Amino acid sequence: MPAEALKCKECSTTYPLEARYVCERCFGPLEVAYKPPGSDPAELKRRIQAGPSTLWRYADFLPLERVPRTSLPTGLTPLIRADRLAERLGIGELWIKNETANPTHSFKDRVVSIALARAVELGFDTVACASTGNLAGAVAAHAAYAGLPAYVFIPADLEPEKILSAGAYGAQIVGVRGNYDAVNRLCTEVSGEREGWAFVNVNVRPYYAEGSKTLAYETAEQLGWEIPDRVVAPIASGSLFTKVARGFQDFVDAGLVRGEIPAMHGAQADGCSPVAQAFAAGTDVCRPVKPDTIAKSLAIGDPADGPYAVDLARRSGGSVDAVSDDEIRSGIRLLAETTGIFTETAGGVTTAVLAKLAERGEIDPGERVVAYITGDGLKTLDCVRGTFEVAEIEPRFEAFEETLGAPV
Amino acid sequence: MAVTIKLPTQLREAAGGAAEAQADGATVGEVLEGLYSQHGELRERIAGDDGELRRFVNVYLRGEDIRFLDGLATPVADGDEVTILPAVAGG
Repeated sequence: MPAEALKCKECSTTYPLEARYVCERCFGPLEVAYKPPGSDPAELKRRIQAGPSTLWRYADFLPLERVPRTSLPTGLTPLIRADRLAERLGIGELWIKNETANPTHSFKDRVVSIALARAVELGFDTVACASTGNLAGAVAAHAAYAGLPAYVFIPADLEPEKILSAGAYGAQIVGVRGNYDAVNRLCTEVSGEREGWAFVNVNVRPYYAEGSKTLAYETAEQLGWEIPDRVVAPIASGSLFTKVARGFQDFVDAGLVRGEIPAMHGAQADGCSPVAQAFAAGTDVCRPVKPDTIAKSLAIGDPADGPYAVDLARRSGGSVDAVSDDEIRSGIRLLAETTGIFTETAGGVTTAVLAKLAERGEIDPGERVVAYITGDGLKTLDCVRGTFEVAEIEPRFEAFEETLGAPV
Repeated sequence: MAVTIKLPTQLREAAGGAAEAQADGATVGEVLEGLYSQHGELRERIAGDDGELRRFVNVYLRGEDIRFLDGLATPVADGDEVTILPAVAGG
């Protein structure tokens, strides 16, 4: 394992690779620090290519003592060339990373895979999380596979699809009366008092966050060991957004790809846009907000990695944009009708921001763009209800022709 | 006015192992000053050189983030509860 310590992103204090997430000196976030790769690029590439068809093929870049013997197969999701969407948007080369293809239909299977494996290594006997919805299902499913009890804390008013699909795995669902930030605060308190509980995105968060790097590793490998010019990805806490860039940087540092990290474009909903607001204001202070948006999976009003997301967007030549609920619905429709991918509201946010960037002329026709579609439309069905008409007819050929017309 | 301050696990060692403290003051800022006078080591963990909260420290009054109130100038009442928590969680 190349990981050597947990290191504070603010003051660089290091800690052993334990279940901790906060620097005791300054309260800054801890992240996993690695030794330089011990192998030459050719050997690393061979190891990756000979690895399993899951995210475990990138074990050289993950903070585990060993890859779990078995787990729900996660990752290596399709990277789909989206020519019809590119044409509609008037841009050149566009690819969609389709994360709905994961076991519980979102990118959260990645972060949970790493967090749960590390939690087991550290001796935890129970897993838990604070979730805006997708994490709930991922924790419940991976815990079920591993045979560990799971406690899933969610805002009580979450979409029914997300509650039902998490509860189906047998996890204890805890609906908290409050928004996600209240759930998060409660879980931060609970995690300090319950020994033996690994909250995937609290006390083992540094390991959890590493899972999102695999989105970048796969993208680079699937593009034939190249880095895209631009990336559009949603921002909730900012963890995925910053770790995708870190993933590309890892591959550059290891000599697996040439170039530099892509221009990183973050996507938020108008009703919860603390990071976009900080970007627009030219500061890295993300003033917390009270979320009010249909994009509940992105409804984090106090984003933990907000300042780092703003900084990354700025230094990579990207941006952070926000879109309205109507634009989100249009984004879901646009992606579905041009790529065959039905995404949830977060993917609507990402697609709508991609459209906005194209409209603003920020994307050069010669550029290669990748958009991360992080979750499945089947989990936010209400958003498409009433957006089309069902033609209901009698089971007779005449009724069919009467209603839908004769062939031209 | 006596206010109860709940400390996160990460700060308890610097507070002699205590999970809670009591302090007086008319505002959240004054209550925190009262806390620092009891446990001097806590000041630099919680506040920067300018006296403002460090950027990854969240403070709640009766469960509400003080950034939605009046920050450190938010008035407190006798018997209130102030909770200090790390900001780095979730997502």
